Amino acid sequence: MTAAPETTLVEPSANMDLLRFATAGSVDDGKSTLIGRLLFDSKSIFTDQLESVERTSQERGDEYTNLALLTDGLRAEREQGITIDVAYRYFATPRRKFIIADTPGHIQYTRNMVTGASTADLAIVLVDARKGLVEQSRRHAFIVSLLRVPHLVLAVNKMDLVDWSEEVFEQISHDFTNFASKLDIPDLTAVPISALLGDNIVSRSENMPWYDGPSLLHHLEHVHHASDRNLVDVRFPVQYVIRPQSTQHADYRGYAGQVAGGVLKKGDEVMVLPSGLTTRIAGIETADGPVAEAYAPMSVTVRLEDELDVSRGDMICRPHNQPCVAQDIDAMVCWMTDAPLVPGQKLAIKHTTRSARTVVKDVQYRLDVNSLHRDEGAGELGLNDVGRVRLRTTAPLLADEYRRNRITGGFILVDESTNRTVGAGMITGAS
Amino acid sequence: MTFHDYQLTQIDILESESIHIIREVTAELERPALLFSGGKDSIVMLRLAEKAFWPAPIPFPVMHVDTGHNFPEVLDFRDRRVAELGVNLVVASVQDAIDRGVVREEPNGSRNRIQTPVLLEAVEKNRFTALFGGARRDEEKARAKERVFSFRDEFGQWDPKDQRPELWNLYNGRIHLGESIRIFPLSNWTELDVWQYIARERIEVPSIYYAHEREVFSRDGMLFANNEFCRPRDGEDTFIGKVRYRTVGDATLTAAVGSDADTIEKIIEEVAATRLTERGATRGDDRVSEAAMEDRKKEGYF
Ligand SMILES: Nc1nc2c(ncn2[C@@H]2O[C@H](COP(=O)(O)OP(=O)(O)OP(=O)(O)O)[C@@H](O)[C@H]2O)c(=O)[nH]1
Ligand SMILES: [Mg+2]
Repeated sequence: MTAAPETTLVEPSANMDLLRFATAGSVDDGKSTLIGRLLFDSKSIFTDQLESVERTSQERGDEYTNLALLTDGLRAEREQGITIDVAYRYFATPRRKFIIADTPGHIQYTRNMVTGASTADLAIVLVDARKGLVEQSRRHAFIVSLLRVPHLVLAVNKMDLVDWSEEVFEQISHDFTNFASKLDIPDLTAVPISALLGDNIVSRSENMPWYDGPSLLHHLEHVHHASDRNLVDVRFPVQYVIRPQSTQHADYRGYAGQVAGGVLKKGDEVMVLPSGLTTRIAGIETADGPVAEAYAPMSVTVRLEDELDVSRGDMICRPHNQPCVAQDIDAMVCWMTDAPLVPGQKLAIKHTTRSARTVVKDVQYRLDVNSLHRDEGAGELGLNDVGRVRLRTTAPLLADEYRRNRITGGFILVDESTNRTVGAGMITGAS
Repeated sequence: MTFHDYQLTQIDILESESIHIIREVTAELERPALLFSGGKDSIVMLRLAEKAFWPAPIPFPVMHVDTGHNFPEVLDFRDRRVAELGVNLVVASVQDAIDRGVVREEPNGSRNRIQTPVLLEAVEKNRFTALFGGARRDEEKARAKERVFSFRDEFGQWDPKDQRPELWNLYNGRIHLGESIRIFPLSNWTELDVWQYIARERIEVPSIYYAHEREVFSRDGMLFANNEFCRPRDGEDTFIGKVRYRTVGDATLTAAVGSDADTIEKIIEEVAATRLTERGATRGDDRVSEAAMEDRKKEGYF
């Protein structure tokens, strides 16, 4: 029989709002433990999951139930006690649904951290209170800012091991704020926690009366992220042309895609790029019927008044607000494979729904993630390096600066022989 | 469904993302197919595919890996739905593969593991390069690690230690000949989301998902139906219980749960309140070992 229904935190409502967040920080700073604790204390763990984790902990001879096992689900992760790849977990409170990406701290798996953080609305950077900021904390904070995750939480963890010391917390917050001031971080909150013992995770800790901020969960539930999307610049990358070959819809031609920015309305004058032809929106449709307006991240089908030649990879925008149609692209690139990125190298590039080939013209500098010093003599980017690169593409991209739009400003680089995704790019300029 | 401040609800966001994924695959990969078992997740996935191409028909076939251990209600449902949509159905039959000597029946009678080679054979024969699966990350800890686009080598194998980075909504579907991609459009959906969507969209699901009376017996703390695939052993007494299915898989392995939820509203309430995961409550196959799912996936399972 199913367990008798208990009262639950989750109101069965599909109409909640959604917050995606990712963990970040150095190895063993307690990211997975924190997620385990958050799930456990918000009663989002199922009995069978908990039993399985308890059993595994016991078999391994752990002193306590290792909550990190709730996300470290791979055999290799459990053997080594580290996170290798992102784990996605889901929970909801009456206020919000959350999608968590628990990312690895190990430098070797930075690409997986980047994967988890790329879609996040908020990132929690953990720092071990005993160790303070280490290179990997800076690297992750930097990547979070580079990816323009709009909200950042500094969680100073393992406060139980430093006697819940206010001084330690203040010192680390101070160091972090100093470092963060050189980055582009619009919203920063610091919380002292013990992921292991649950202090300041769901409710306020009694061990740290000096802290008068919110618990971590309270912050996650209340952080305002409605205004993070771009509702100004209309961007609609055409993904797929819908042309039913049927008598009933003989002349139907619709452009399907996911809105990347702005608000599209029926009757709006629009321009199609790269052709530059203009027309009006005849209607915006979905399988459930027409909609008056479309905005990110809606998937809709746009119909145009005139029969233009429009295909996948084209972009619908407004005549007075266009992305740059450009083949010379400047971007910050995270490099994610062993063989270095070097000038002259040819790669495949995917940007919105457009694919092209590209050649690396120049590696302008490599960033030292600790000092944020620009090494202009580097000449190449190695595994896990971040640097500024100039690319030339075989076909124009319809590009925005990443800081204006994470969707029309981001691209991936793919190795043409192995087909692996080897780089992530954030456009800083295009011409 | 929207508020004045251009906010979407979480279920709208999930729907929109899934539609984006389905369209992306169809635009970039040559021969996709959608795995359709008649279970709730694949029903939702098929509905999303229908929406993604409306008013055009779904531009790819659906495939069912038929273990031969089916609930008749589910097979009926499968055939009805396929006829309604006018899509092609490819059936890869495990029984047929056994008869041809391609795979051998396992001693415990379960066909869960031997369906993998049957699936891979059908993929090869039909030259499918992409398979949509209805798996969700909330189901199981190895699934929680998987990408939306899950790259598989020419043996259909998953390498969890070496997955492709996956950024924003940019998916890399590039493969060499013989390789393929498994695509999971419902990655970010939970069991509760699936039911809420079924309710919102008024989607029909096979009757076995609703509470009904059935002759069952108890084994390993789970309730199994007494049918041709699964008979009580000595000491296991059958009784008539009010049950429903939370998952639909191989009938020898899939257990029912005691339930009074005979309407969609009651199911949603029940799912919201349950303290057991759907696989934990109903799947014999995951109990083999801690890493049972990971191991099966490495071999080419969904
Ligand atoms: N005393 C104490 N120990 C903690 C706390 N949080 C985590 N730990 C311990 O720190 C160790 C590492 O924790 P994990 O959660 O695996 O660390 P992680 O950041 O996920 O590590 P990676 O994912 O491999 O980068 C484990 O032994 C935890 O039990 C804390 O608040 N206090
Ligand atoms: Mg971890």
